[in-house]
Amino acid sequence: MEAGDARSPRNRLAVAGARATTQAMLRQQPRGDVVRNTLFAALLLLAVVIALAGLFALVIQAFAKGSSALSPDLITNPPSKINPENGGFRPAILGSLQLIAGVILFVVPVGVGAALYLEEYADKSRWWNKLIEVNIQNLAAVPSIIYGILGLAFIVRGPLDLGFVLVAGSLTLALLVLPMVIIAAREAIRAVPDSIRQGSLALGATQWQTIRRQVLPASIPGIATGVILAVSRALGETAPLLLVGATVFVTFDPTPLGSDGYSAMPVQIFNYAVQAQDEFQTLAFAGIIVMLVVLLAMNSFAIWLRNRYEQRW
Amino acid sequence: MSPTETIAAPEPAGGPPRRLQASSKRYGERAIRWLLASCAVLSVLTTTAIIISLILPTIGFFGIVPFDEFIFGTDWTPQFEPPSFGVLGIVAGTLNVTLWAMLFAIPIGLATAVYLSEYASPRVRTTVKPVLEVLAGIPTVAIGLFAVSFILPEIIAPLWPGDLLGGAVGKPFMALAASLGIALMIVPIIASLSDDAMRAVPRGLHEGAYALGATKAKVATRVIFPAALSGIVASVVLATSRAVGETMIVVLAAGSTPNFTLNPVESVQVMTSYIATTATGDISTGSLDYKSVFAVGSVLFAMTLVMNVISIRLVRRYREVYE
Repeated sequence: MEAGDARSPRNRLAVAGARATTQAMLRQQPRGDVVRNTLFAALLLLAVVIALAGLFALVIQAFAKGSSALSPDLITNPPSKINPENGGFRPAILGSLQLIAGVILFVVPVGVGAALYLEEYADKSRWWNKLIEVNIQNLAAVPSIIYGILGLAFIVRGPLDLGFVLVAGSLTLALLVLPMVIIAAREAIRAVPDSIRQGSLALGATQWQTIRRQVLPASIPGIATGVILAVSRALGETAPLLLVGATVFVTFDPTPLGSDGYSAMPVQIFNYAVQAQDEFQTLAFAGIIVMLVVLLAMNSFAIWLRNRYEQRW
Repeated sequence: MSPTETIAAPEPAGGPPRRLQASSKRYGERAIRWLLASCAVLSVLTTTAIIISLILPTIGFFGIVPFDEFIFGTDWTPQFEPPSFGVLGIVAGTLNVTLWAMLFAIPIGLATAVYLSEYASPRVRTTVKPVLEVLAGIPTVAIGLFAVSFILPEIIAPLWPGDLLGGAVGKPFMALAASLGIALMIVPIIASLSDDAMRAVPRGLHEGAYALGATKAKVATRVIFPAALSGIVASVVLATSRAVGETMIVVLAAGSTPNFTLNPVESVQVMTSYIATTATGDISTGSLDYKSVFAVGSVLFAMTLVMNVISIRLVRRYREVYE
């Protein structure tokens, strides 16, 4: 047996000795330090527990108060002021689905396009490209109600003048989540290493061919994650819709351009929540259960997708 | 290096110099470039549209209500005759709710971040962080209803000795209930972003501190925390901006009584809830109420814009230092 073999008895003895010495030295920490350390760690853990407990309490309360109204009627019935116990979310669900379809149609091409321009074409030392970048970061943090004001003044009235129609709500939500999509898509595109691009260009591909055949396919999981998170944000957003015409009790199925009004899940929940009768409260909680299930599933899928396909090049 | 740049290839033996330029003009490539650029420009147009749509009616508003009465007045009573538009009456409501929300959210959020980045085992971290991120997607209307139907009656009421305001006429409202709801909303934001900032601190700083004999708590609080400070402050500022702009939680839980106070047990009206409850569909375009919505919106936009710019600059600084 050679002396250099890591598993030789002599080496093992030496390692054990060194470890014991180190531990003995480190154990000479002042007692105060040990107490303070434990206390600090306990405080941190307490904070984590409070944060998680608050959020879980919300989910549990919704299930406790709303589960009695969970039935197929909840999805298939329109809301009713006369028979609150038979009320449901049919127009609101249809409204939300149409709103989201519009958001996806708008946000995917425009968001990915903007991200591609900023990452692949833009010369970042130019002031206008810097302006676009800061501008997008700021837009991502503008309060949603401000987008509602924009929708009211610019899309419902003013230049576009669409009126209080579902498409106006859809466009408002799309503008609201566009910065989220751009930021996520940029990160996904930036993660594709330059060597891939250079290899493609060296083989004679044009810049667009490189983007379409190499960069985009490699960044699709990241982009998809961003789009799903953005859609789930749009789905849960209430405030801007209140300003662009999602109205109180819509009892018919909404259409994209119908001017009789439209509704959406969170708006309908809000309208149930502000009614005094208990039946409406129960309906509001049941609606929250439906939304939580959909949104938490979407978000979990997005985060799973990100962790699963996060490529290490 | 732009693709249209002319590069002369080394002269091949016995021929004219060959160019590496594309043999055709590639109009398609240029069209695509412009198309993509226009997508990016759309975001600038959005900002421009926001500013225009806020400023034009606001100017009209100041034609009727004097500027100094709006900015310095503390009475917000648009429904009275004559109406009074002192925006401080609802700015105070916003500050009230935000202040108390941050008071709860900052310690809990930062402690969670320190725990996740310095103390948690990789397994705990890879479970807790996604859970927080998923829960950050809970719609605010759900948090608002939770605040008014659970936080207020089950948590605040037993601890609060006095009567709840409005308790006799049905649902009571209280700024503190909205504050706690907002805190619940922004703790995941602070925790997640501060955790990112602390993890961007190079490992060498940890190891150096440990080698000098620092305890774990000292490494976390005196080395890593200060090193990541700009990112941490950025996350707090961004969260404050979200709290100021939050609408549904305050509409449901804080009430609609303009109240020039920072007392958390009063019922208050905030800027966002005034906008959301006034500008609902049936309001007529030219009315003073309609214009006041835009004036309040301008104040709100200006406040959040300042915070967002500060936050963006701070993030850029820590990225420059460590990445």
